Amino acid sequence: MRFNSRDFSNNKVVLDVRDLSVRLPNQPQVAPILNQVSLQIRAGETACLVGESGSGKSVTSLAVMGLLPKDALRVTGGGITLSGRNLLELTQKEMRAARARNMAMIFQEPMTALNPVMRVGDQIEEVLKVHGDLPQKARQERVLAIMEQVHLPDVRRVYASYPHQLSGGQRQRIMIAMALILEPELLIADEPTTALDVTTQGQILKLIAELQEKQDTAVLFITHDMGVVAEIADSVHVMKDGQVVEQAPVEQLLRQPREDYTRKLLKAVPSLIPRQERPETLSEPESQGEKVLQVQKLRKVYGGRGFFRRGEGTLAAEDVSFAITRGRTLGIVGESGSGKSTVARCVMRLIEPTDGQIVVAGSEIAQLSRQALRPHRRHIQIVFQDPFRSLNPRWKVGRSLVEGPVNYGASRQEAMQQAGDLMELVGLPREALGRYPHQFSGGQRQRIAIARAVAMKPDVLVADEAVSALDVSIQAQVLELLADIQEKLGVAILFITHDLRVAAQICDDILVMQNGKIVEYGPAGDVLANPRDAYTRALTDAAPGRGWDFANFRELQSA
Amino acid sequence: MEKAVQPASSSQWLLGALSLPRRWRLGAAPIIAGLLLLAIVLATLLAPLFVTHDPLAMEATKRLQPPSSEYLLGTDPYGRDMFSRVFYGGRVSLLIGVGAALVSIALGLIIGLIAGFFRTADAIIMRIMDSLMAIPAILLAIALVALSGASIGSVIIAITIPEIPRVVRLVRSVVLSAREEPYVEAATALGSSMPKILIQHLMPNTMAPLIVQGTYICASAILIEAILSFLGAGVSTEIPTWGNIMAEGRSYFQLNPGLIFWPGLMLSLCILSINLIGDTARDLLDPRLKKREA
Amino acid sequence: MLGYIIRRILAILPVLLIVAVIVFLMLRLSPGDPAAILAGDAATPAQIDRIRTELGLNDPLHVQFITWMGQLLQGDLGTSLISRTDVWTMIERRIDPTINIALLTIFISVMLAVPMGVIAAWKHRTWADYLVMTFSVLGFSIPVFVIGYIFISIFSLQLRWLPVQGYTAPSEDLLGFFQRAILPALTLATIYIALIARMTRASMLEVLNEDYIRTARAKGVSERDVLFRHALRNAAVPIMTIIGIGFALLIGGVVVTESVFNIPGIGRLTVDAILARDYPVIQAMILLTAGIYVLVNLLIDLSYSLIDPRIRY
Repeated sequence: MRFNSRDFSNNKVVLDVRDLSVRLPNQPQVAPILNQVSLQIRAGETACLVGESGSGKSVTSLAVMGLLPKDALRVTGGGITLSGRNLLELTQKEMRAARARNMAMIFQEPMTALNPVMRVGDQIEEVLKVHGDLPQKARQERVLAIMEQVHLPDVRRVYASYPHQLSGGQRQRIMIAMALILEPELLIADEPTTALDVTTQGQILKLIAELQEKQDTAVLFITHDMGVVAEIADSVHVMKDGQVVEQAPVEQLLRQPREDYTRKLLKAVPSLIPRQERPETLSEPESQGEKVLQVQKLRKVYGGRGFFRRGEGTLAAEDVSFAITRGRTLGIVGESGSGKSTVARCVMRLIEPTDGQIVVAGSEIAQLSRQALRPHRRHIQIVFQDPFRSLNPRWKVGRSLVEGPVNYGASRQEAMQQAGDLMELVGLPREALGRYPHQFSGGQRQRIAIARAVAMKPDVLVADEAVSALDVSIQAQVLELLADIQEKLGVAILFITHDLRVAAQICDDILVMQNGKIVEYGPAGDVLANPRDAYTRALTDAAPGRGWDFANFRELQSA
Repeated sequence: MEKAVQPASSSQWLLGALSLPRRWRLGAAPIIAGLLLLAIVLATLLAPLFVTHDPLAMEATKRLQPPSSEYLLGTDPYGRDMFSRVFYGGRVSLLIGVGAALVSIALGLIIGLIAGFFRTADAIIMRIMDSLMAIPAILLAIALVALSGASIGSVIIAITIPEIPRVVRLVRSVVLSAREEPYVEAATALGSSMPKILIQHLMPNTMAPLIVQGTYICASAILIEAILSFLGAGVSTEIPTWGNIMAEGRSYFQLNPGLIFWPGLMLSLCILSINLIGDTARDLLDPRLKKREA
Repeated sequence: MLGYIIRRILAILPVLLIVAVIVFLMLRLSPGDPAAILAGDAATPAQIDRIRTELGLNDPLHVQFITWMGQLLQGDLGTSLISRTDVWTMIERRIDPTINIALLTIFISVMLAVPMGVIAAWKHRTWADYLVMTFSVLGFSIPVFVIGYIFISIFSLQLRWLPVQGYTAPSEDLLGFFQRAILPALTLATIYIALIARMTRASMLEVLNEDYIRTARAKGVSERDVLFRHALRNAAVPIMTIIGIGFALLIGGVVVTESVFNIPGIGRLTVDAILARDYPVIQAMILLTAGIYVLVNLLIDLSYSLIDPRIRY
């Protein structure tokens, strides 16, 4: 792994934040949102701001841009200096003039950050219109030029396109073009690649680095992803609860983190090395090798049929076949639109498969009617991605946990008894059964959702991006819990994820999907270490920071 | 480990049950509106205790009197005391408002749940609802009253029928979006039956928007009652309602504007306070409703 | 696009058919007897029965319905029971004032309400916002005829600026038209403005929270351009929708306003017909208003694609 190790001490300081504090207005008793944050970035330098959600990363960037929500947050102390000018003393008008010209920002969601009813070319051109008086013709030339520089294809066509007609990566290129067209000294990038697929992410990171080099821009890069940090950072600032807890050059921070919190963050980053291969033997010999879920030639087409509608519909999955043995974990990996969630939802019969067989615990369920299906549902359960929506907000946790067992004839009392045991199994107190979901954190809710699924004593547990919405340290705990439960109960897990690191940690076998089809399927070690398919190779190559073993603070030792 | 589990308290039961925002931010307006509405309701209910005349007693010699110490708001074209009539009139108006709100919510809820959950019924129900919505509410109401007779019951029905499609659409849209929630899908996976999911998971979601919608229907029903009476298609003119009082004062409006002004004022204050309470309820119960039913 | 338009127009037909069924059943199942109305008070039962047979009222319901639909499809709306005139002719004679005043109302409403809503959203939680919201909630709370009488008593009786009642056609005397139409239009506009301003505000508030507004500000775009170039167009679809839905409110308001201001339009025609149980006229008027309402909303639906490029048919 090669880190950035350029020396910037001779470059001028572009951004200098000193003891910046931000608070809720009129609420001195509430802890500050930002507490004396200080950081410096020099021309050409990339400073990464890392931390978990709620640590104050985004508030810092919005404070610099002067875009804090007017009534909700207020700067109460410190200073922000941009190339020698104190931004906090500027008038509204001066601040507007400084945006885009001296400092620019790109955001996480390129879909929502672009105006959906304006052509993207016009949106870039607007920057020139606001800041300067180039004639129309020259403005357009300039816009086309910057669009070339961000490597957009067919720029004249893209100029006249609306955001929804472009891919996520193209939209983010438009955002970058808009931000850098006036060559500002400072670029703030707030999780600019988080919403993108991993292969696109690599391209965007490269593009930012390329333009930064050309324009000698100072970049403040906000991310939660240590892999990205290892790839692009010159210096790293770790934030926690509104404070910067550690600042260091990237290599030093990854090799010798000083603070406990930094060590904890790094320890939680899952390794890309696949887990130790597990022998297919279990404590109960008779269940050994029992296939609890078999899927044959599954096909799903969305739409297509309809009274007035013609056309083929969209093919979401085709010729998908796989099987899982009791006690083992199969990961389905793919980027957005690969069809991995469609497969999970078909297997659960939450949507109707168009064709194919699904055999759960010995029974074929693909063609059963809703009514006939109900007795079979208990064999296969699901945990969803969003912990805030997967529990009924009006129900006490206990009621959610007994819903399933009661449906299958358990008495309320014994179900409640069992629910209490399950709460302990997932590491929550028994008494928490009497509370509402909003009283728990995201990770705790995900534990409850797991308990609810396990309460049915299923043969198969489907986890559909079940840890993707969680912070990395919580993610590690939930993964551990799943492994623990598998060991105790022998359940088979179908694990849907876009994250190769997570897949490497938990899966025995991996199935890679692209455009609704399987491109590679085999033991995790083979697929990740020696991918045969070109797409799988592109996926593993694109994983940021893949040469570094974060948890052990050293280069990856290939096994 | 993560943040410790927060302690439960009894007040959080209510918050959980209605999913209200944690912090209640009530301005002055809804409080004033609440007090005003309370005052109007009490005044009309307790009217017999303080009014000065029988609201139905006609005095041929005392027609169209200006306000005096005996007739606080003057008399109407039949020599009846306006002050007494304005308070008595509120009783029937409020009854019609509350009645129409309850009936349309109840019917709309049932039809909406069916439409939201059964695809086959949905298409037919929604076509009928679209058709009812295409007929202007006031026109439909006048026609219904004119054709079926002018009792309080038929006025309530006539006001209710045009309101039902809106309630059905609201309930259906809530059910359709709640159906997509992972917790409802989880319930399907847990083997819960359709009726169980419908009643236990989906129906509670409709309560908050229905409470809000109910207040608006109540206000609009009181308004439509007045318009019906004004056009001569309302409750029998023997019963004083705010609408009837104004309708009878109509021809003498240039002589004595008070004939329309006082009942109009009471009516408007009443509707105003109900609307304000509805707005507050909406902001508290679901900020996103703003778009669905502005 | 063309295919979509055709499909949408075809989809109107069942709606209108159901309206026709509803109206037909409502009139036939109600206790009144049109033959008795037509025959007058002094008629004998035998005379009434003869008229019933003439009108086809003794036929089974479905036969009556089919006969009526057949006439409708030939453009025959029937003949008034009271005035014995062709219903088409009656509508033709009275529709001008209604259309002129309605157009004036819509113009006034949109021109006032949209800026009001935009300003209220922009100045969220300031006095300007509260003023607009106060107006809006008042507009919903005062019956339209009370507003009408308030306007008459201020502008006609107290200030004597405008005539009290009546109607002048714009082709005869344009100034006279405005003098007589402005108060009815303002009366009608009050609730319409309240509705549109409220929706504009809500829609703008939502749009102003969007990421692309933050992007626009991050570009250094001025507040005015943020509001009108970026936000308003994105907020437009719900505003258009409410203008369409509010059209029903407007038709209802026309009925009342024409009574207050003594305007010989189709609103009055309808009320008079309902009160006199003039069945053919009632049927025709309800179908006509429903048809207009559905058409207006279709046009508005189709115009969405002009505003929002994501909407394609």
